[in-house]
Amino acid sequence: MQQFTYERATSPSDALHKIAAAKGGRFIAGGTNLLDLMKLRIETPGHLVDINGIGLDAIESTADGGLRIGALVRNADLAAHPWIRRDYPVLSLALLSGASGQLRNRATTGGNLLQRTRCPYFYDANQPCNKRLPGSGCGAVGGYSRQLAVIGGSAQCIATHPSDMAVALRALDAQIETMRPDGTTRRVAIDEFYLAPGRTPQQETVLEEGELIAWVVLGAPPGGRHVYRKLRDRASYAFALVSVAAIIEDSGRLRVALGGVAHKPWASQAPFEAGDTPAAIAGRLLQGAEPSPGNAFKIELVERTLRSILAR
Amino acid sequence: MKFEYPAGDNPIDRLEVVGRPSDRLDGPLKVAGQARYAYEQHEVAPNQLYGVAVGAAVGYGRILDIDTRQASSAPGVEAVITGRSAGQLDIGDFYVASALAVDQVEHYHQAVAVVVAGSLEQAREGAARVRVRYDRQPGAFVLKDAVFAAEAPETSPDIDIGDFARGFADSPVRVDEIYETPDQSHAMMEPHATVATWSGNRLILWTSIQIVSWGLRDLAKIFAIPQEDIRIVSPYIGGGFGGKATVLSDAVLAAVAARHCGRPVKLALERHLQVNNTTHRPATRQRVRLGADRDGRLQAIGHETWSGNLPGGAAERSTIPTTSLYAGAHRMMRTRVGRLDLPEGNAMRAPGEAPGLMALEIAMDELAERLELDPVELRLRNDTPVDPTSGKRFGTRRFAECLRTGAERFGWHKRGTRPGLVVDGDDFVGLGVAAAIRGNNVTNSAARVRLRRDGSLLVETDMTDIGTGSYTIIGQTAAEMLGLGLDRVEVRLGDSSFPRASGSLGQRGANSSTSGTYAACQMLREKLCAAAGADPARADFADGQLIDRGRRVALRDLAADGEIVAEDGIEFDPARGGLAHQTFGAHFCEARVDRITGEVRVTRMLAVCAAGRILNPKTARSQVIGAMTMGLGAALMESLAVDPRLGLFVNHDLASYEVPVHADILEQEVIFLDHLDEHSSPMKAQGVSELGISGVAAAVANAIYNACGARVRSYPVTIEKILPHLPLA
Repeated sequence: MQQFTYERATSPSDALHKIAAAKGGRFIAGGTNLLDLMKLRIETPGHLVDINGIGLDAIESTADGGLRIGALVRNADLAAHPWIRRDYPVLSLALLSGASGQLRNRATTGGNLLQRTRCPYFYDANQPCNKRLPGSGCGAVGGYSRQLAVIGGSAQCIATHPSDMAVALRALDAQIETMRPDGTTRRVAIDEFYLAPGRTPQQETVLEEGELIAWVVLGAPPGGRHVYRKLRDRASYAFALVSVAAIIEDSGRLRVALGGVAHKPWASQAPFEAGDTPAAIAGRLLQGAEPSPGNAFKIELVERTLRSILAR
Repeated sequence: MKFEYPAGDNPIDRLEVVGRPSDRLDGPLKVAGQARYAYEQHEVAPNQLYGVAVGAAVGYGRILDIDTRQASSAPGVEAVITGRSAGQLDIGDFYVASALAVDQVEHYHQAVAVVVAGSLEQAREGAARVRVRYDRQPGAFVLKDAVFAAEAPETSPDIDIGDFARGFADSPVRVDEIYETPDQSHAMMEPHATVATWSGNRLILWTSIQIVSWGLRDLAKIFAIPQEDIRIVSPYIGGGFGGKATVLSDAVLAAVAARHCGRPVKLALERHLQVNNTTHRPATRQRVRLGADRDGRLQAIGHETWSGNLPGGAAERSTIPTTSLYAGAHRMMRTRVGRLDLPEGNAMRAPGEAPGLMALEIAMDELAERLELDPVELRLRNDTPVDPTSGKRFGTRRFAECLRTGAERFGWHKRGTRPGLVVDGDDFVGLGVAAAIRGNNVTNSAARVRLRRDGSLLVETDMTDIGTGSYTIIGQTAAEMLGLGLDRVEVRLGDSSFPRASGSLGQRGANSSTSGTYAACQMLREKLCAAAGADPARADFADGQLIDRGRRVALRDLAADGEIVAEDGIEFDPARGGLAHQTFGAHFCEARVDRITGEVRVTRMLAVCAAGRILNPKTARSQVIGAMTMGLGAALMESLAVDPRLGLFVNHDLASYEVPVHADILEQEVIFLDHLDEHSSPMKAQGVSELGISGVAAAVANAIYNACGARVRSYPVTIEKILPHLPLA
C-alpha cells in the first residue's frame, strides 16, 4: 500500500473543503472497495478524507411523494428500511442479492454507486488495462471475458459495473444529487451518471474533481410488482452474470434495467408495454450488442430471465 | 511394532472412547482465536522482520534485469534478495518448480525477489518498487495443444489386459466420449505462511505444512544442509487439500531472507499469489470408452487421460479409479503428460480419483441410458470381488451395499427414467448417482506417549491436523488404550522433534497415525505392566487403573516417581496381505434446473461410505460433507481460467475463483457402513476424507442431465453449457 495521509471531515462542506485542499485526494466511506484496491496498489490516493461523520445518513421523504437517500446510508440499513421495503422493494431485493451481510453493514449508498469493475485484468497490475493504466491496452478484449460487457463497451474496455443496487436504481429512474467544492449542487439522472468507456475508460462517471455524492433521489412509489433476478454461478456472494431489475406496473407497463452486461445499468429510455414479448424487450434492450465468444450466452440469458419474470 | 494381520481383538474394540462423536480437542482454541497459526507465531522468535514475495509478471520468459535500487532505499527495507543473491537453491523431491527464479521464469507469479522490511507495509511498499525487465517468451499454455507431444510417465505404466480394441468393437452397446476437467485451486482459507529463523547452521520454521517429514527432506535438499539441522513446527493448519504437502516458496523465501538478514523473517503468500505461485489440480482431457453386452456387463473399458505440467512435473493419474472399480475382461488405460508452462499441477484432494471419476461416472450414466438400464443397477452388475487389474482380492469391498443403501435412503425410485419427466413448479428435478472409490493406503507412523505423574497422558507425534480432527482421534486412541477419559489426554502434533508419522495426504493420515499411537500405547502398557508386576497378556486398563486379576493399580501411582515414556511406531508390510486396499462409496444427488433460465440448485446430497471403522463419526462426517461441498464446487463452478496469450490463471483471487458458499448447500447426509477391516491396521479403519469427494461432481452432472437433458462433458457445468439443451419456450 502506498503511504497516504488521512483526515476526518465533520460536515459536507468540511469534506468539500478538505478534498479541495488536497490534490489527488479521495473520499472514503465504507472502504469496502477502495481499501482492497489500495492494498493492491490499483488505487493510490495520497490523501483520504473520511466522510463517515458528515451526516447524510438518513432517508427522508420529499415534497413530491418520493424519497431521498443520504449517501452515507449503509446498504444493510437501506435494504431493511420499511419505506424501501414497502414502496421500492426492487431496491431492497437488489441490495440483499449483493455482497455479504458484513459488507452491506459497512458499504454506503454513494460508495456502492462508485465501486470499480471486477474485471480480472483490472485487478492484476501486471496485465494491460486502460482503466487502471490508460494507454496500456485491454487484456479482456480477446481474453477471459465471461463476466464482462456485451454492450456499450469499446475496443479499449469491456468492463462491467458490478453493482446490484445501481441496477434497481436505474429501473426506478433515480437521480443523483451532488455537491461541488464551490458550493453548488446538481442533479444527474443515474443513466447519465456513468460514462461509456470509449477511449477514456478511466473516466467512469460525470463526477468532477472533489465532487461529492450527497443524496440519491427517488420519485413517488411506482407501485406494481417488483422483481430483482440475479443469475450467477453460486447462490450468494458472487457478481452477476446477468441481473434484471423489473417493475411491472399495474397497467402492464414494464420498467426494466439490466446488470452484468455493460459499464452501467443498462436500460432503454422508454418503458415497455404490456404486450411486448420477452424476445422483443431483450432485442430492443440489447440492440447493437457485441458480445465475445466467452460471454455471448448473456444475450440469451437476458431474454430467458425476462421470460421467467413475465411468466408469473 | 509390525502390523500382523488379521488384526484380531485388541483394546480398541472396546469402543469406550474410539468410535464416539467427540468434539474436537482443538475446537475451543480455534473458535476463540487461540490456536496459533504459522503467521501468528509472533513471540516464538523475537525481533521478526517481514518478507513479501515479488511474483513474476510474465507467464514464461527470461529475467533481463532486476533493479532493486528503489526498493532497497524504501523506508524500513532491510534487504531485497533475488535469485542471484539468494545463494544456491535446489528443488525438493515433490514439487518441481523453483521457489525463486534465477534467470528463467518457469511460470506466472513465480517469485523473482523477496523484500524484507521492518513492517509488512514497508515490505509491500518495497516489493512494489522492485523493477524487473523480462524477455517474454512463447510458452505452452494450452492443454489441447500439449497433448500431441505428451509422454508416458514412469509412475503410470500402460495397462493392457485382454484385447481392448476387439472387446470394444465386439460390444453391442458402447460409449466413446471425451471429457474435460479444468484446472482447480485448493483455495484453502489459510495462506501459505512461515516464520523462519537460523541459529548458526540450524534452521527452525513455524509453517503450515501437511507432512512435516517431507518438509525436512525437501528443505535439506533445497539448502544442502543435514535434515538433523532443521526443525519444523506446524501445530495448526488452516486447510491444505494437497496444496501444502511439503514446503513451498513461503518457507524457502522466509528461510533465505532470515539467513540473509540474520534475523527471524515472517512471510505469507498474499492471496493473489496463491493460485499462480503455488500448485493446483491440473486440467485433464479424458477419453473413456465403455463396451457392454446387452445385459449391461462391461466387456471393454478404455480410459485415457492427458494433462500438462512443467518439465519433470507429475501426470494427473485419472485412470487410477478405473483400474479397480468395475469388472470387465478387456482393459486399456493410458496416462500421458505434456509440457505446459503454467504453474505446477500437483496433488489436490483425491488426485487421480477425483478427476478420473468425474469422467468415468458420467460415461457410466451414458452407458446406462443406452442400455435402458437403471444407473444403480448397471453399477451393481459390474461389481467384482477381485481387483480386475491386479487380480488381488479386495480386503473389503462393500460397494454394492453402498449403492443399495443409498438408493433406498435417497428415494432413488422417484427418479424419472428419462430427462424432463419430473417437473416441480419452475424446475426440472433430477437424480444422479456416481460410484466412489479411493485407495486405502497406509504409511508407517510413530508416536511417543508419556504417562505423567498426575496420571494424565501426553501424546507426541509429528502428525498434522489440517482441520481434519487428528488431535481428537489420536487422543481418543490413546485414551482407549490406557483406559483414560479423553479429558486426561493431551495431544501435541506437528513438530519434527516428535516421532515421525504419516502426515496428512491421500486420506491415509487418520488410520496411519492412530495406528502409530496404538503401537506406542501398547509399549506403554507393557512398561506399566512391568512396573506393576502384572501380566501384560491379561491386564486391562480402565478408569485410570491397571487391572490384573482383580488387582487395581492407579496409573498415577505407577508414575509417581517420574513420568513413564514409551515410543514406538507401526510398520506396515508393503505387501499388505496380498490384498487390494480400496475404500468404496456411492454419491447421490438431487438437482433442480430452472426450466427457463437453466439455473441449477443442488437440493439434496447423500454419501454412503464404506471406509472401515469410523474412529469419530463427528469429525469423519465433517470431512465427508466438506469433501461433498468441494465436489459440488467442482461440478458447478470451480475453474481456473487460462489466458493462453499471457500464460496465467486469470481469476487468481477468491472473488473470481468461486467455491461453494453456505447458500449453495441445502441438505447433505452421510451414512457410514461402519465395518471392520482386519487387514488394514490395528485400528481396523480405513481412509475416508477423500472418498467423500470422489464421484461427487459426476453425481451432480448426472442429476442435471436427468433433470433437463443437458449432457455436459466439460466441467464445470455452468449455465451457458446448459442453455443450449433447454427448450426454447
